[in-house]
Amino acid sequence: MSKAATKPNFVSTTNACKLCTPLGASLAFRGVEGGVPFLHGSQGCATYMRRYVISHFREPVDIASSALGEKNAIYGGGPNLKKGILNVMKKYEPGLVGVATTCLTETIGDDVPRYLAEFREEFGDLGLPELVNVSTPSYSGTHMDGWHGAVRALVEQLCTAKAPDARRVNILPGLVSCEDVRHLSGICRDFGIEATILPDISETLDGPALEDYVKIPSGGTPVRAIKEMSGARGTIEFGRCLPKHTGGTSLEDRFGVPNHRMGLPMGLRESDVFFETLEALSGSPRPRCYELERGRLIDAYVDGHKYVSGKRAVIYGEEDLVAGLSAFLAEIGVDVVLAGTGARNKGLEAAIAQVTDGVARMAPEVREGVDFHDIAAEAESLRPDLLVGHSKGYRYAKAWGVPLIRVGFPVHDRFGGQRIATLGYKGALSLYDRIVNAVIEKAQADCSVGYGYI
Amino acid sequence: MSTILEERKDQIHLSGQGAIDIACNRESLAGAVSQRACVFCGSRVVLYPIADALHLVHGPIGCAVYTWDIRGALSSGPELHRLSFSTDLQETDVIFGGEKKLEAALDELIDRHSPKAAFVYSTCIVGIIGDDVEAVCRKMSEKKGIPVLPVQSEGFKGSKREGYLAACKAMFRLIGGGDTSDVSPVSVNIFGDFNLAGEIWIVREYFRKMGVQVVANVTGDGRVRDIARCHGAALNLVQCSGATLDLARMMEDKYDIPYERVSYLGIEDMADSLYKVADFFKDRDPGIVERTQALVREELEALMPELARMRRDLEGRKVAMYVGGSFKAFSLVKAFRHLGMQVVLVGSQTGTKEDYAELEQITDPGTVIIDDANPLELSHFIKEKDVDVFVGGVKERPIAFKLGVGFCDHNHERKEALEGFEGMLNFAREIHRSVMSPVWQFVPRRANRAGRNRKEAVNE
Repeated sequence: MSKAATKPNFVSTTNACKLCTPLGASLAFRGVEGGVPFLHGSQGCATYMRRYVISHFREPVDIASSALGEKNAIYGGGPNLKKGILNVMKKYEPGLVGVATTCLTETIGDDVPRYLAEFREEFGDLGLPELVNVSTPSYSGTHMDGWHGAVRALVEQLCTAKAPDARRVNILPGLVSCEDVRHLSGICRDFGIEATILPDISETLDGPALEDYVKIPSGGTPVRAIKEMSGARGTIEFGRCLPKHTGGTSLEDRFGVPNHRMGLPMGLRESDVFFETLEALSGSPRPRCYELERGRLIDAYVDGHKYVSGKRAVIYGEEDLVAGLSAFLAEIGVDVVLAGTGARNKGLEAAIAQVTDGVARMAPEVREGVDFHDIAAEAESLRPDLLVGHSKGYRYAKAWGVPLIRVGFPVHDRFGGQRIATLGYKGALSLYDRIVNAVIEKAQADCSVGYGYI
Repeated sequence: MSTILEERKDQIHLSGQGAIDIACNRESLAGAVSQRACVFCGSRVVLYPIADALHLVHGPIGCAVYTWDIRGALSSGPELHRLSFSTDLQETDVIFGGEKKLEAALDELIDRHSPKAAFVYSTCIVGIIGDDVEAVCRKMSEKKGIPVLPVQSEGFKGSKREGYLAACKAMFRLIGGGDTSDVSPVSVNIFGDFNLAGEIWIVREYFRKMGVQVVANVTGDGRVRDIARCHGAALNLVQCSGATLDLARMMEDKYDIPYERVSYLGIEDMADSLYKVADFFKDRDPGIVERTQALVREELEALMPELARMRRDLEGRKVAMYVGGSFKAFSLVKAFRHLGMQVVLVGSQTGTKEDYAELEQITDPGTVIIDDANPLELSHFIKEKDVDVFVGGVKERPIAFKLGVGFCDHNHERKEALEGFEGMLNFAREIHRSVMSPVWQFVPRRANRAGRNRKEAVNE
């Protein structure tokens, strides 16, 4: 029997380990310069998601809604969609409106591309923002499908012509923290290669204090840069569990931009892959500061190895985050005993086998389509020492008396979720420090002696 | 380009400037980024704290996951309400219908958790695919021997208010089944309090001291058994703007139980609420008025000197508030007077015409009154009115913070008890902590202004 059996036992879902599809699309649209995410559905979706996203980022997150009522559900949501976009234009002066559907509008069969075509015809004289749409029925997939779908939609609907070749790289980072995106752009800057990171939430969801309230925060991937992605030397897209067709494959298929698909650069070896690819694309060796970062990471691995070696971890969250964590934890000798994701059919087991090959001491139980009820049921007998994942695992960490190392989304029971670093050698080191310290803190708290140095 | 859309103008009013005729209770405007939620949200808010019931959200995963354990509604016993249950409908369910899945999910979850009742929330999609939730509930109720209650909370079928009504209808079906033989003639039900941060325990303690039995909490720290017998109480006390008012009316019709509207926020409203109860029962319990006066006196003796101390720092500071229901706004306007603070903006998601008329009465001239606001309007008025502290929920917090304005979370996610006399003290402390923080001097909007002021002073 495959270890990656999808949840066979329970019909009901308890404490889901995933979020809904339109949320991922909204987050991605939020990372485009001048972008306003727009949910075509009832008002509640936008409001719930705003609240949820705000709790992690602690930033204003305006998501517009077509606010459909009962009549619209019967006669179609087209008029509300158009009126809603007009109102967003009036109030926000957006550069882009990213329209994502919801279960309601998908089920009533609203044809959003047609509505948008009509809209362009009816109001073309107004100086329209870019309108991008993505189909995100919440009964299909998870927020990561929404994210990847939105990224692909942005690429396919905005980048429609071959741009002149340039010394530039496209990076599709997936759902990573604002800090991680900043780190990625810093790395490319140091390599001396221009980068289009899509989406770029580093500023739009982690902005500075300003003189005045801005309707749309500054930052985000410029629309112009998206249009020129076809002229890049290559695309780097993070994720070993991505859908077959993505923004990266689309650029490769249509414009011959080589697509380099790789895992999230978490830990030493996955970061090596990323840096080596950048070296190839930029034609320059990595700057010395990254040699140093790499060296420091290995040095720390050695210095701290006895604290963590042989510890047992349960990890959960988005499929590619789980794969990345597996790669990293294998390197430091932490045995991943259970790896769970709410997503289904993403090839997580194969991805974990790839990234831990030759390093991990054991293959974890891999579970797709799980909720926390399933994870808890299995984890009891697996006796984990650590949990690694987002805030929603806290109730289990508390019940089992083990530390939870918070990564991913949402982190809404700690401060600074948007600034958690995980990528590259530097991110790995930061994550490593946190894990080692969590183990030490636990040992210290459980020990009656009260050692003041460890 | 203007911050306020033409169609929104009649949902905003300035106190003291002509007769108030605010347009409210209308659907949110498409594209306006309303702070409101949906019908499902209204139902979920009301029923969520019933701690020994199973709350199963019938729909795709989002609606369940965004409402998983995000509120500070505490329970003194079972905590089933803190788990998030969903049928997690998939594409095939949407095509072929979700009834079978719902039935199987109920079967499984009721066996696993042995709840005292189950609520099944319909979400948008259920209203479209036409599942007969009522029939499934009836069947499972018979099979499992507990009430299994459908909540007609399809998100798009109105606003939060319709959700309140759907929740009240579901609860009403529970009422009447329980034993009332030991209910005192001096007894109440607490409606519309959700026991955020243990607030209902503060209020119940006051009633205990007054000699009033509380039959049921509806719904904070709520129990199915209590709700089933709450028709035995002599009086319903209804807090919150309408979340449970429908239920009180239904009970008045069917069981002839009167209700009083109360608020446990702020000094006057808290005391008034207790006096109302004392007054209602004074014929049955002649000592109650005196006991209540003693209680209020004792509480105020402890509270007032503390408030006076904080008032010295807070005097003259300006407040904006945006709340879900307007009862909270009434109480807070008065509460801020005790701190010497001036309310310059007050708004709500679901206020009625009467609510806004009352707000117009109790606020100072020039106060902005606003229905169903959005981030841009709120930020516009925060700047225009030069607000020092904002009272609202998580969605409003970053708006305040970006503008360099203090903030007090007065919504369902709060972890600080703000009701009762001790809650008033917590409230004042929280406002004080935020307003008096040194961080504001570094926020550009204020730092630059301070810089300009200094410059002007030098130029003079």
